[in-house]
This record gives sequence, C-alpha cells and structure tokens, in this order.
Amino acid sequence: MSENTSASEILLTTPLDALHRALGAKMVPFAGYAMPVQYPAGILKEHLHTREAAGLFDVSHMGQAFLMGDEAVEAFESLVPGDYQGLAEGKTRYTVLLNDHGGIMDDLMATRIPGGLYLVVNAACKTQDFAHIEANTRGRAKLEILSDRALLALQGPKAGAVLARLAPATADMTFMTFRKVDIAGIPCFATRSGYTGEDGFEISVPADRAEELAKKLLAEPEVEPIGLGARDSLRLEAGLCLYGHDIDTTTTPIEGDIKWVVNKRRRETKGFPGADIILGQLANGAERLRVGILPDGRAPAREGTEVQDLNGNAIGTVTSGGFGPSVNGPIAMGYVKTAFATEGTPVNLIVRGKALAAKIVKMPFTQKSYKTA
Amino acid sequence: MTVKYTKDHEWISVNGDIATVGITDYALHQLGDLVFVEVPEAGRTVSQGDETAVVESVKAASEVYTPVSGEVTEGNAGIADDPATVSGDPKGNGWFFKIKFSDSSEFDGLMNDAEYKAYVASLD
Repeated sequence: MSENTSASEILLTTPLDALHRALGAKMVPFAGYAMPVQYPAGILKEHLHTREAAGLFDVSHMGQAFLMGDEAVEAFESLVPGDYQGLAEGKTRYTVLLNDHGGIMDDLMATRIPGGLYLVVNAACKTQDFAHIEANTRGRAKLEILSDRALLALQGPKAGAVLARLAPATADMTFMTFRKVDIAGIPCFATRSGYTGEDGFEISVPADRAEELAKKLLAEPEVEPIGLGARDSLRLEAGLCLYGHDIDTTTTPIEGDIKWVVNKRRRETKGFPGADIILGQLANGAERLRVGILPDGRAPAREGTEVQDLNGNAIGTVTSGGFGPSVNGPIAMGYVKTAFATEGTPVNLIVRGKALAAKIVKMPFTQKSYKTA
Repeated sequence: MTVKYTKDHEWISVNGDIATVGITDYALHQLGDLVFVEVPEAGRTVSQGDETAVVESVKAASEVYTPVSGEVTEGNAGIADDPATVSGDPKGNGWFFKIKFSDSSEFDGLMNDAEYKAYVASLD
C-alpha cells in the first residue's frame, strides 16, 4: 500500500479543535490548520447524512472581515465584478477577486451590512486577500479582520428546522440573506448559504462561544459532525468550484463557467481588473470551459487526469475528481477546449495509462435544494 | 500456512506454490471508506514491489504492491464488483489476488506477525 507521510509542521487550530479530537476526528493539515477530515462515521456516511438530515462543519479556518466606511462598497467594487452598490443590506453575493488578466485571485462571499460589507474568504488565501483588499481600499474604507470569531456551517434539508428551534428569527430567512441572531442565547450572525448544494446556514460566532454553540447544535437529534472529506465530495456533486483547483489566477470567470458573477451593471460600467479581457470573452467566448465530466465506468479520475478526444488528442484536464456518494459513482470537473464542452460529448480520461470512456455533462450532479423566496 | 507482511501493509499467505495477497486492517483504517478496487488479470507477470492492484478511498487512490515476484493466477472479481467486501473482511474474502510465486527466498525479507505488529506500533 502506498501512504502519504505527513511532514511534521506547526499547525494552527480552530476554536473547535478540542471538540473535534473528543469526537474522535481524524485530523489533517489544511491551509496551515489542523482540521477534521472525517469523524468515526467516515466520509461516505457523513456525506449521505448531510443530504438527508443536517451536518455541522467547522470552517473557522476561513477568513472573516468587515470592510467599513462611506466609500467601502464602491472601493470594494474596484476589485470584483459584482454589483454591490445595487445589493440591498442584508443580502449576500458570491464574487471573485480579479487580477489584471481577468484571472481569479480568490472566490468569496460578501454581504451588504449597515456601514459596509461582511466578507468571508478562503483559508488558504486569507492573508493575501486581506492585504490586497486593504491596500486597494486604503483611504476609502477600513478593513477589520475578525480573528476572534469562529465559523460553523449547518447544512442539509433539516438544517432549517434545527436552527428555527434554536433561533426562531432564522425561520423566514431566504437563500443568500444575512441576519444577526441569537442562537441558543449566543449572539451570532448567520447567512442562509453554503457549499453543499443543500439548504443551510453559515454561522459566525465569537471564538470563545464556538464550542458551546457547536455542542448545542450537535445535541439536536438531526445533527452530526461532518469533516472536510465529505465537504469536498458534497461540493463536487453540487458542481461548486474549489479555489486553487477549479479556479485560480489563470482562469477567468468566463472560462470557469461562473460568468454570472459579472453582474449586468458592471458589464456596462466596467471598473474591475481584467474587464476588457472578460468582456471580450463574454462577447466572443473563451477558448476553454469548465465542465462536468462523468466517467462511464467505476474508476475515479482525479485532479490532473488528462482529458483526450476519441482520437487521442489532449483537449483538457480534470481539476477536481473523485467519488460522489449520492450519485454512487465517480464524478469529475475540469476544463476542456470549448469545442468539446457540449453536454454529451464523449471523451477519454487517461487513468494509470489507460483511456477510460467518459462524457461531458452539465452540473450539478445532484439537484440543488436552496430555500428561495 | 504462515502469513507475512510488508512495510506497505500488504499481507501474504502461502498455500503450496500459490500465495494470496491482501491489505491489512491498518491499511484499511488509513484508507477509510473504499469506493473502487482494480485487481490484476490472470497471467500477468510481476516482480516484487510492482504496483499490482489499486484501491481507492473517497479521498485518494492507493497502490497495492506485490510482496513477491511471479505470475498472477487470479484477481478477486468479488472485490472489484463490491469494494465494501474488503472493508468487511480484509483478511479473508477481501483478498486482492493470488500469485504463483517464482522465488521463495523473497519471503525471507518479509515481516512475521510479531514484527509487523511492532512495525505498526512504531508508526503511530
């Protein structure tokens, strides 16, 4: 058997570290943090549980911040293609930080709050993201990094019922909205959002009350703790990008098939990095596109797998691939030359030197079930 | 019928001139839930240490190396159809392949039960 040996390294811990260990989590390094990849139930059960009931995820490693000031929203818009001036307070929008080539520096969630914005960024990018935002909004906005807060995600069809029990004010929240709420008496902020394709909430809580909140949620009969392993299989089935894999500084939002992040008003007024390149791709198409790839057989095709046309020509690469427990088979996403990006196109995946048949499919692999208005 | 072990957590058990190879409980514990298994075809010739089978968990693919050289006589079709069989019975029905070994001296370098237990204890 081949094994990955982990180099010993000093890892940061989240406020729930002791709880994860007490629950028997297998801890692994991720973005410089010790994080639970799975609990004793295992990735398959944790994934399936989230789609049937409610899963609790510790995502405290991610970066949270306020960007405040009279010009904060305008200043923020100079870095992203999203329309935040047109976004009402209490609403959340997914967007990307762009570089001058129209490439994606990170994906993030930004919420309009009184006085500015509440931002949540990826753990692996948070230091660079916050430095970038601070430098580029200096004089017009103040960035306050919320290093004393934890972040939990409660996801699944029963998440709404669970949270309504502990925080009745969440019951009428719709998808992509934000509210300050007391949950079981603990002051939090919550958005109705997530990374699983299921209904659910992302809950920001003071670090010193995080364990208390997590235990209260875990005490609810529908809730089980879920690790990063299942978080990845859930988001992959939902067709959601993982930064650094499916999108990165070399991919534009058009290539990444998230062109909807370039909101209508911003297409007209521009004023974001790489605007000309991105608008050019919107008008003329991009040379490659992120697509779903479904292997015909049972073998998973993982990140880095070469995609070929039926004549043996290289046409793309898998950027995320593995096994989908809810679809009960291998699934993948990756980039292919645009000519091959149509649903149903047969391709070959080169796995261990052999060409395995697959086809291009639309994502998600499972149906999304958000609580829309 | 003694069972011997490799540093890569394969077990090998001998019956006459045919040996059966599988993965240990430790390997299984490291892997977690299994989603895919690929076993070799009969007739394949392998050398000690060659990648001979594949076992995949949700997170990663792992190779199963042959502890000895020889000719594969059978790959376990049962586990290829249902990877969960390995998880249920890694030392029995979860066997990966049988091999007609060509050099019995290769067994000398493998660990016995006590040595493997001590080795595993040293890893954690």
